[in-house]
This record gives sequence, structure tokens and C-alpha cells, in this order.
Amino acid sequence: MGSEIQRSETTLRVNGKPHTLLLDHRRVLLDVLREDLGLTGAKKGCDHGQCGACTVLADGRRVNSCLLLAVALDGSEITTIEGLSADGEGPHPLQRAFLDRDAFQCGYCTPGQICSAVGALAEAAAGHPSQVTDPAAPAGRPVALDRTEIRERLSGNLCRCGAYPRIVEAVEDVIP
Amino acid sequence: MRSFDYVRARTPEEAVEAFAARPGARYLAGGTNLVDLMKLGVERPTALIDVSRLPLDRLEKLPDGGLRVGATVRNSDLAAHPLVRDRYPVLSQALLAGASGQLRNVATTGGNLLQRTRCGYFQDPGKPCNKREPGSGCGALKGVHRDHAVLGHSPHCVATHPSDMAVALTALDARVELYGPEGARTVDLTDFHRLPENHPERDTELRPGELITGVLLPAALAGAPSAYRKARDRASYAFALASAAVVLRVADGMVTQVGLAFGGLAHRPWRARVAEAAVLGEAATPAVFAGAVDLELAAARPLPDNAYKVPLARNLALDVLTRLAPAPASL
Ligand SMILES: Cc1cc2nc3c(=O)[nH]c(=O)nc-3n(C[C@H](O)[C@H](O)[C@H](O)COP(=O)(O)OP(=O)(O)OC[C@H]3O[C@@H](n4cnc5c(N)ncnc54)[C@H](O)[C@@H]3O)c2cc1C
Ligand code: SF4
Ligand code: FES
Ligand code: FES
Repeated sequence: MGSEIQRSETTLRVNGKPHTLLLDHRRVLLDVLREDLGLTGAKKGCDHGQCGACTVLADGRRVNSCLLLAVALDGSEITTIEGLSADGEGPHPLQRAFLDRDAFQCGYCTPGQICSAVGALAEAAAGHPSQVTDPAAPAGRPVALDRTEIRERLSGNLCRCGAYPRIVEAVEDVIP
Repeated sequence: MRSFDYVRARTPEEAVEAFAARPGARYLAGGTNLVDLMKLGVERPTALIDVSRLPLDRLEKLPDGGLRVGATVRNSDLAAHPLVRDRYPVLSQALLAGASGQLRNVATTGGNLLQRTRCGYFQDPGKPCNKREPGSGCGALKGVHRDHAVLGHSPHCVATHPSDMAVALTALDARVELYGPEGARTVDLTDFHRLPENHPERDTELRPGELITGVLLPAALAGAPSAYRKARDRASYAFALASAAVVLRVADGMVTQVGLAFGGLAHRPWRARVAEAAVLGEAATPAVFAGAVDLELAAARPLPDNAYKVPLARNLALDVLTRLAPAPASL
């Protein structure tokens, strides 16, 4: 072994398209998306799970792609900001809401914020509580999202420009 | 990062065998701590044995009324599970007070218990740290230690255990199921994490190559009132400065069952046995609670820059205890 680089063939379905790649085990999903697949929407902020800029959906769940080894995701379905709306459709309702509310300044955190919000809305619909959900609320039922809930559920996404108030408003706009 | 072998295990047996066959291997679950430490150069495994797809991702009701949580159940799924929310609310609350939605979707029960300290010296291979490199000294002792231990520390290490979940599980009298080269065994969680003494490089009693397969929650505490409260530098997405997990049953104004554990104060979740003994069988009043918690925290030995943790932990515990105690019947 020594300095030999160890690789494995890995298949990822990204935004609906299968990609089979021979991947160095050390590579994380974020780098594979950006460097191999040209999907530069997911951003590298901290590279340590501390900012949320790299958020994408893996098998429908929001995750920090900077801490996921790509080889461990073999067979997974990945959705990035580029794949949120199907070809030919307009922007995803959350993308539209971010535009309408002007919910960004530099935009660096935005793809992560939007993917995170997509995941958070699905979690709430599936009955996942958050730290601010009333513990007495019935388990397993959809959780209604007010501003406090939105702020808590998106706390894994930092915005250095401080666009938080409008991010919360944009998410509020798409709540069913 | 050095190159490493990667093996995806399908069964616990396969995982343990693959680990034993590869010196320098590590188990990989969600990777939210391990991959981070590999990027920092703190962990340098020669092989990763991926246990994240083991069939240990289920919650099962036990015949005696307890609950078995598989080692690969994701933190978000555990926190949301109706059985956990209804019977062990402190566990759900502690999980939801930790990390972020993205991290909880990936982090596992086993990985959460075994996450390493957030001590900045530990995370920086350029600094002295007995936990990372035995014998190199403890950078935090005379350095930056605002977040460090006030209980049970040694001159060799003053780090704290960062998990919120483990604090709730400690108050709940949970047990950890292990499987390794020598077979299966079960350990009380209270005895699983270690104090640093003169071997801070050992966080737990886990033996080499042993795998966590699950966590057992006792029937005796199912449905008992319980809650978690955590103090930190910001409202969310930050580790605990101090936290308290409480399970409390009161009958006719007297405490009939109690579990109290602190987070953020020690090298392991701090089971407050002294305080528990001082309230059990006593009246569930603020004065009794305060006396008991003060007795427990009398053992605290704060470092120059973290004495604030003692009153903080006291107030957190008293708040939760008082909240869980039914209002006294009016005279
Ligand atoms: C930015 C950030 C903020 C965070 N905030 C909090 C917080 O506020 N509160 C909190 O409690 N946690 C917090 N965390 C930590 C997080 O909870 C842990 O990283 C996570 O729980 C680890 O689980 P994992 O499955 O990803 O473990 P991994 O990273 O895969 O593994 C961790 C360790 O456990 C070992 N391991 C994993 N599974 C097993 C097993 N079944 N048997 C034997 N060994 C095993 C691995 O070898 C490794 O040594 C935070 C993390 C980050 C990055
Ligand atoms: S407190 Fe422990 S982990 Fe931190 S530097 Fe000292 S020995 Fe290392
Ligand atoms: S880049 Fe992944 S969380 Fe910051
Ligand atoms: S818009 Fe600049 S970081 Fe959020």
C-alpha cells in the first residue's frame, strides 16, 4: 500500500442522471459535485459541517456534502440546487420566493439555504419536531411552521451577509 | 489526508472481521465527526469499515416495555420517533438541541456516543494534547479552557464530552450493546465513558475492534416526566457550555424516581448520583432540589476561566427539576 492511492468505482444518481466514477476514497461529495460533475451550485464555506453552504439532498434528506465521503454514497440519489426543478419547468417555488423577497446579498449561502429549506419543509410535513416544537404536540403529525420554527430549522445555514429576515420571509411564502 | 482502504460491511460480524484484519482501521458511520477529524489530520486511518448500512437502523419495543435503539438509527429519526417522544421526551429534546438538521440526518446513535471532544488543542495536530498524543502535555490546562471541565478532570486532560444525546441517555439509565472479537456484551452507559485520569487517550471502555450495535432504554423510566435544557453561546447550532437532563417521578409530593445528568461539565456525561440520592424519597420542593444540586456541585473544581459553568449548571438543573415537579397541592 504505502503511498498508493486507493479508489473504488462508485455510482451516484445526480439530479436524475447516473454517473459512474472511479473515486479516490478521500473525496467528499461536495468536491465530486463541483470538480467532476461541474455542479458548482453547492458551495464550500467551512468544509467542516459548520456553515451549511454545501447543503444538498441525499435520498431526499438535506445533508452537508462536505462531510460525506462520496464512496460511501454508492447508489444514492443526490439532488443539488441545479436539479430542484425539472428541465423545462420554471424555478422551484423556493427559488422564486428567494428572488421575490430578495433574500440574499452576495448569494454564496443561497443554494445551501434553499436546499436546506426544501429538506426542512419535508421534515416538518413528515412530523419531525424541532427544538422549538412544543414537546406536547402530537408525535407523527405534520408540524406547522411559524417564524420561530423556520429560524430554528434553518439554523444550520449561516449567512455572512445577514439576510436572515428575508430568508425567513421567503420560506414563509412557500409554506402550504 | 492519507489514502485508505474502504470496506462496506453488511453484517456486524463482517464489520468486526474486516476491522480485525486491517490494523489502523476505523469504523465509519455518518462520518460527521470522523471525516472532520480526518480533514484536520487528527485521525489518520488506514482503512474505513463503513457500518452506516448495517441493518441496525430500527427501533424495537422490548418485551419488558423498554426500547432498543439500533446503532445506525439517525439522530433525526430517533428524535422524531413517536415512541421516543412519548416515553423518553428528554432523549428527543437532547437530540434536537444538538448540531443542525443536516447533521442530525446523517449522524448515528453509535457515532454520537463516540464523537470526540471539541477541545481546540485536540483538533490541532500542531498543539500539545495528551488525548491526541499521549505524553505531549495538555494545552488547555494553562491555555484556552473556557469550554472545559469543572468536574472529574485530571492534570492530564480537562476536556469535556460534547454529546447532548449521551447526557439524556445517562439520566435514562441506558445501556450500550457491544459486539466485538470476543463476542457480545452490554455495559451501563454511566460506566461506558471514562474520566481522563492518566489515560485521556481512552474516551470509553470500548475494547479494540468492538462495535456498538445498539442502546437499550429501560422500561422502568418509560413515560416518566423528563426534559433537557442546554445553555450555549448562541440559540442554536452550538455545543453545550452546560446542560441538564432530568427524569423525575413524584407521588404525593415525594420524589419516587429521579435521574439527573449534566453535560458540558466533564470528560463524560456527569451522572449526579449525590444529588439523586439527596432528593429520592424527599419532598419535591425547590429547596430540596437546590440543596441536592449544591451538594453535587460542591465537588466542582473550576479552572481559572470556566467557573461560570457551576452556577450555570446549577440553574439549568433547578429549572428543569422544578418544571417537572407537579405544583404542590394548595394548602
Ligand atoms: C458543526 C457541528 C456541530 C455539532 N453540534 C453538536 C451539538 O450541539 N451536540 C452534539 O451532541 N453533537 C454535535 N455535533 C456532533 C455530532 O452529533 C456528531 O458528529 C455525530 O453524532 C457523530 O455521529 P456519526 O454517525 O456521524 O459518527 P462518525 O463520525 O461516523 O463516527 C464517530 C466515531 O465513532 C466511531 N463509530 C461510529 N459508529 C460506531 C459504531 N457503531 N461502533 C463503534 N464505533 C463507531 C467512529 O469510528 C468514530 O471514531 C456537531 C457536529 C458538527 C460538525
Ligand atoms: S483538555 Fe484533553 S483534549 Fe484538550 S488539550 Fe488537554 S489533553 Fe488534549
Ligand atoms: S462547507 Fe459544508 S457545512 Fe460549511
Ligand atoms: S447572501 Fe451572502 S452569505 Fe448569505
